[in-house]
Amino acid sequence: MNRSLRKNLLAATAALSVTALTGGAVAFCGFYVAKADTKLFNKASKVAIMRDDDRTVITMANDYQGELSEFAMVIPVPVVLEEGQIHVTENAIIDHLDAYTSPRLVEYFDEDPCVQYERFEMAAPTAAVEDAAGEIRRKDSLGVTVEAEYTVGEYDIQILSAEESGGLATWLTQNGYKLPEGAESTLGSYIKQGTKFFVAKVNLDEQAETGLKYLRPLQIAFESPKFMLPIRLGTVNADGKQELFVFTLTRTGRVETTNYRTVKLPTGSNIPLYVKDEFGDFYKSMFSEQVEKENENAVFLEYAWDMNWCDPCAADPLSTDELRELGVYWVGGGQTEIMPRRPMPPGGAQDVFVTRLHVSYDAEHFPEDLMFKETGDRSNFQGRYVLRHPYTGDASCEAADAYRAELPKRFEEEAQTLANLTGWDINDVRERMNEGGQSFEKPEKKSWWERLWDNDKDD
Amino acid sequence: MTIGKSTPAFSLDPRLFQIAALSGLLFFGLTQRAFEIELSHAAAILVAACTAQWLGSMMVASPLDLKSPVITSLSLILLLRADAMWPLAIAAAIAVGSKFTLRLGGKHIFNPANIGIVSMVLLTGAAWTTPGQWGTAVWFAALLAGAGLFVTQRAARIDVPLIFLGVFAALLFIRALWLGDPLAIPLHRLQNGALILFAFFMISDPKTTPDHPVARVLFVAATATAAFIMTFQFHLADGLFFSLAAMCLLRPLFDWLAPAQLYQWGDAPPSLPRIMNPIASSTPIQNHHPGRLT
Repeated sequence: MNRSLRKNLLAATAALSVTALTGGAVAFCGFYVAKADTKLFNKASKVAIMRDDDRTVITMANDYQGELSEFAMVIPVPVVLEEGQIHVTENAIIDHLDAYTSPRLVEYFDEDPCVQYERFEMAAPTAAVEDAAGEIRRKDSLGVTVEAEYTVGEYDIQILSAEESGGLATWLTQNGYKLPEGAESTLGSYIKQGTKFFVAKVNLDEQAETGLKYLRPLQIAFESPKFMLPIRLGTVNADGKQELFVFTLTRTGRVETTNYRTVKLPTGSNIPLYVKDEFGDFYKSMFSEQVEKENENAVFLEYAWDMNWCDPCAADPLSTDELRELGVYWVGGGQTEIMPRRPMPPGGAQDVFVTRLHVSYDAEHFPEDLMFKETGDRSNFQGRYVLRHPYTGDASCEAADAYRAELPKRFEEEAQTLANLTGWDINDVRERMNEGGQSFEKPEKKSWWERLWDNDKDD
Repeated sequence: MTIGKSTPAFSLDPRLFQIAALSGLLFFGLTQRAFEIELSHAAAILVAACTAQWLGSMMVASPLDLKSPVITSLSLILLLRADAMWPLAIAAAIAVGSKFTLRLGGKHIFNPANIGIVSMVLLTGAAWTTPGQWGTAVWFAALLAGAGLFVTQRAARIDVPLIFLGVFAALLFIRALWLGDPLAIPLHRLQNGALILFAFFMISDPKTTPDHPVARVLFVAATATAAFIMTFQFHLADGLFFSLAAMCLLRPLFDWLAPAQLYQWGDAPPSLPRIMNPIASSTPIQNHHPGRLT
C-alpha cells in the first residue's frame, strides 16, 4: 500500500476555465537579432489557453527535471473529463509559441550623417462536459471518488472528486503523493467550489515507448464559464517564487487579469550595444526589476498580436496545424500552410489573437487564482529593445560634427535607460559601454575654417 | 427624529464636488501610470455626452446644464476602454440619452454611466472594462476621493456607498470563511479600485436610487448581493455593472412600494425620512404611504 514513491506535488496549474505600439502601429524597420525565451528561467511553467466563449483548451508544459518516477501533478478542473478530452502534445509547439512571442532585440545602423535622405515612414500595416466518465466510479471510506481513470500518452490519469479535504489529502498521501504542508485547506476550498481533481503520474512503460527523455505537455479540453488558472496549490509548496508564462489564444482580442493588474513590460527603449551579447541577462534583470517596481503583485504583458503576422518576427507565426493542436478549433481543417510573415489582407487567414503574460508569483503577493477576461483590444504590443549603431564611416561635414558631438549624450541616455530598466549599476554600464567603443568623451570640435581647407592640407 | 431641509454648509451643487473628485482621481490615475487613456478617447466621450445632453434639453425644453454629462463622462473615461473612439462615443450618448428617453415616475430608470457601460459591453464587445487595472495606490486614492467627496457634501447619501461596501465585504468574508480561504483573498478583492469607484461615484447617484431610505437600503443591499452572485456564481467579470442595471430595472417597484419626495440636486442629505418639507422644492410630493414597506 504504502509504496514509498516520493512524488512531488508539482505546481498545480490550470482548471476551467498588457502603450508604446497601440493601434495603427508604426511599422518596424530594424533587424531582428535576438530573442529572450522562457528557457532563461528555471522552474518555469508554460501554459497555453485557447478560450472561445466557454470552450477552453489548456496545454500545460513544465521543465520538470527530476526522476520521472517521482513526477506527479494535481490540477483542479471544473468537470470530470472524458478520455477524449485529454491529450498529450509535443513540446515543440509550445516552444514555437514561446519563440514567436518572446521579447526581442533589434538593431539599427545610423546612416551617414552627411547624406540627406527624404524621410519616409514605412507604411503602417493595419492589423487589424458532462459527468460521463467512468464505469469505474468507486468511492472509498475517505469520501474520495475516482470518477475516471485513463492512460493517455505517457501519463496515468485519474479524475477525483472528494467530499472533504482531509479525506482527499489522506487519499493522495496513501497513493504516494507527497502533499506539501498547508495544501489541505487549499484543497478544501476547491472541493467546496465543486472542483474535481485531475491527477497525473508518469506510466514508466509508456514513457519508455516514447523514447523521449522528457515529459510532453498535457492538454485538457472542457467547457466552463470560469476563465481562470488555479495557481494556489502551486504556491503552497513553492520555495521562493515561481515563474509562469501564460499564452492565450482567443478570437477577439487581448486577455488581461481581472484580479491583478496587467502591466505592459517597458518596451521600445534604446539600450547600449554591448547588451547584444547578454540579452538573456538583460531580460531577466529587467523583468525582476519591473516586478519589484510593481510591488511584486502585477502580471506582465509581454506580447499581444494578431497571429497572422509579426514585425519583426522572433519566429514564424504558428501554422494552422499547430494552432489546432493547441485547441484553436475554428482554424484550418486540413490545410497545412505556414502563415506568411507579412501582413495579410484584412479578413485574413486566421482569426487568432495571441497574448503572452508573464507572472512571478508566490502566496504572499498572489493569494488568489488568476482570473482572466478577454478584452476587445486588438492593438499590437511586443517587448522590443533597440540597439542603435552609430555611423562609423568617414564623414566630414558640419552635420557629421554635430552628429558626433551628440553621440555622448545619446550614449549617456542609453546608459541611464539600461540602469533604470535593470537596476544595474550605472558606472558598470558606462564602463562596459566604453570598453565596447561607446565613448562618453566629446570629440574635439573643429573650427569652421579647419574644415574649410581640409582637403588642401595634409595634417 | 426628523430632519427637514437643513441649510448645507456648502450651498454649492454637490455635482461640482463630484466633478472635482473624479477629475482629481483621473489625474492621479494617469500620473501613476495606472491608466492608459488617450486624449482623443476622453474627448469623444465628453463631446458625445454633452451633445446628447444638449439635444435632450432641447427635447424637453429645459435649460442646458452640463454638470451631469461631465460627471457621466468622467465615470466613463475612468471605467470604460476601447480601441476606437466610436464605442466610447456611443456609450456616452446612450448614457446621457437614457436620462431623457427611459423614464418612469418622473425619474430616469438607469444610472447613466452604468447603462452606457453595460450596453456597450453586452452589445458590441468593442468596449471593455478593466477591473484589474487599479493598483493599490489608485485604490487608496479612490477611497480618499470618495470619502472626501462625501465629507464635503455633508454625508449626502453616504449610506449608499457604505451599505454597498458593507454588504459586499460581508459576503466576501462569509465566502472565505466557508471555503476556509485565507482572509488575504477577500481583502485582496476589496482592494479593487473599480469597486470603490462604483460604490462612491456610481451607485450613489441620488437620482437613480430609491428616495425612501428604507427602500434605498434594500435596493443597495440587493445590488451588492446580486453583484456578488454574478461574480462568484456566474463568473461574470462585469457582474458589478450588470447587477446595478438589473436592479435599476426593478427600482420603480421600490419607489412604488415606498414612495418619497424626489431628490433634487442641492437638496440636503435625504438620508433620513423626511416629513413634509416647508421649503418645498418645485417637485410635487408624491402620494405618501408610510408603513407600506416598514
